[in-house]
Amino acid sequence: MNSLLVVGYDTSECSERALEYAAMWAKSTGNELVLTYVIQWSPYSFNTPQENEERHRRREAEIERAHKKVVDPVVERLREQGGSARGVIRHGHPAETLKEIARELGASNIVVGRTGASRLKTQLFGSVASTLIQISNIPVTVVP
Amino acid sequence: MSRSLIGRAFVPAMALTLFAQSAFAQEGADQKINAAIKPYADAVSGFIFSSFTVGQVQVPFVLVWLVFAATLFTLYFRFINLRAFRHGFQLVRGDYSDPMAAGEVTHFQALATALSGTVGLGNIAGVAVAVSIGGPGATFWMILAGLLGMSSKFVECTLGVKYRNEYTDGTVSGGPMYYLSKGLAERSAKLAGLGKLLAVLFAVFCVGGSFGGGNMFQANQSFKQLVAVTGGDASWLADKGWLFGIVVAILVGLVIIGGIQGIAKVTSKIVPFMAVMYVTAGLIIIGIHFSDIPAAFGAIFNGAFSPQGIAGGVVGVLIQGFKRAAFSNEAGIGSASIAHSAVRTNRPITEGFVALYEPFVDTVVVCTITALVIIITGTWDPSVDPSEGVSLTSAAFESTISWFPYVLTVAVVLFAFSTMISWSYYGLKAWTYLFGESVITDVVYKVLFLLFVVAGSSMQLGSVIDFSDAMIFAMAFPNVLGIYFLLPIVKRELDEYWADYKAGRLKKFGRAAERG
Repeated sequence: MNSLLVVGYDTSECSERALEYAAMWAKSTGNELVLTYVIQWSPYSFNTPQENEERHRRREAEIERAHKKVVDPVVERLREQGGSARGVIRHGHPAETLKEIARELGASNIVVGRTGASRLKTQLFGSVASTLIQISNIPVTVVP
Repeated sequence: MSRSLIGRAFVPAMALTLFAQSAFAQEGADQKINAAIKPYADAVSGFIFSSFTVGQVQVPFVLVWLVFAATLFTLYFRFINLRAFRHGFQLVRGDYSDPMAAGEVTHFQALATALSGTVGLGNIAGVAVAVSIGGPGATFWMILAGLLGMSSKFVECTLGVKYRNEYTDGTVSGGPMYYLSKGLAERSAKLAGLGKLLAVLFAVFCVGGSFGGGNMFQANQSFKQLVAVTGGDASWLADKGWLFGIVVAILVGLVIIGGIQGIAKVTSKIVPFMAVMYVTAGLIIIGIHFSDIPAAFGAIFNGAFSPQGIAGGVVGVLIQGFKRAAFSNEAGIGSASIAHSAVRTNRPITEGFVALYEPFVDTVVVCTITALVIIITGTWDPSVDPSEGVSLTSAAFESTISWFPYVLTVAVVLFAFSTMISWSYYGLKAWTYLFGESVITDVVYKVLFLLFVVAGSSMQLGSVIDFSDAMIFAMAFPNVLGIYFLLPIVKRELDEYWADYKAGRLKKFGRAAERG
């Protein structure tokens, strides 16, 4: 069976565990991993004119850095371990973007870590995992 | 703080302190400089605001220029300001934004950036002056001018995106300098020279405007409000304008020279919040006095067409309303198209639709709310001193919400700060258009800008304020003149896009796509 598992990855320890879990799962079922790195960004922010002028260039730089430093090495590692994997980088709100990418690719499951940020922040503002559980249309697996 | 930051900040900081010390300590020198410059400043502002007389009223030519243009554009594009209103909203909301382009400048962001430059003391202080001198009827003409001005913004922002420069390093630069020079050359080779001339004129006036109305006026008026709220003449701050100026200049300097985006980021989070608070407070006051609303509207309509006891009659009222709208939303001036030009889109006309919301929010919403609060609380005073506008608005809000003047002060200072940041950018773009891009031209402009911040806070304005406002309005001459030649180009873009829109050929994304 060749369905896709979207893994939300943000280099935090928890998301590493989520990745390991998803990698194991993918290997045993023959699924493909879609390593998804979301660069936090909102289309509704208020910027200075200077920021807007440079935005395009910054965006390219952010995407390139994400590729070089995060996504490509990890995808490489996953492939070396024998799994089938690809990387996706996108700007946006983490939970909504994961949901959107899963929808676009027709994924069967989204795997995320339970916490990415500090615990206090999570208690107050909610986490990607808890938001995703509320909004996702497909099953979500939360790895503690 | 890094060493290089201190190094970069040191010279400007020294220059500022010395300048302020001399400005403050030698009042005699102030008078002398004032006396020397005054005749030239007055001549320039006199020329730009030269007026003709209708009945008893002086009608500034530049006002006729702007309103005529706005009316013409509204008619030429067959009331695009009304037709595209809904679609503009859909664009701002992101219904047509490709998820693959996530991370680029969105329509909302371009609009928000432009708005933070235009929403400022004009909306708060200027309205008070207009309603006082022109009576409640000025509100009607102000709203009308705001609606017409939407068409001007539509045209100039479409052109700003269409003729922007996209550099290989990924940055963009757009605005009247570019659409006047490139656009007219595209129209016809014979117009290329005129285009270049208009572009240069615009750039010169834009630099002037960025030092004056976008800088000195903001610094001065926000300082006035701060003094008023801390005890007026008895305030410890009363004669320390130079100190306020230095503090503000340092903060602005940290953003524009130091590149410390943190401050700008904080401001950009707070400014919309303050704007919402201001509008909400206004609506609450209007709501509390809801039984007075019909009377207020009655006063507005009566005052618009048959004013009692207003100098100059209907024309006088009309002029006050139009003037306020023009000062406040800058439609036809061209500055906002510099901000809007950074948007990510391959259909320039879409930014024109989005730009419709700028005069709408600025004039039809925020200015009107200020006007209604003043009318309903009955605080308009025909003998008001034009430089005391902000205290009048403050008093209007205070009559119902006693603690609001403190909130208003914070709002005024923040709005002034964000307007200064925006205008420093517009002025810088104009400056580098004239003198080329280099580290030196960059720093020279920015230091000059900061000097004017200090000057604005510490000096008595008078003729300097007239001069600085004149520079802003002067921008409208080359801008609108060039736009007249470029109208058919915008019309073509509009017709093509509108056909696509009506035929459903435009791609929707996200939830909008699901809705269909």
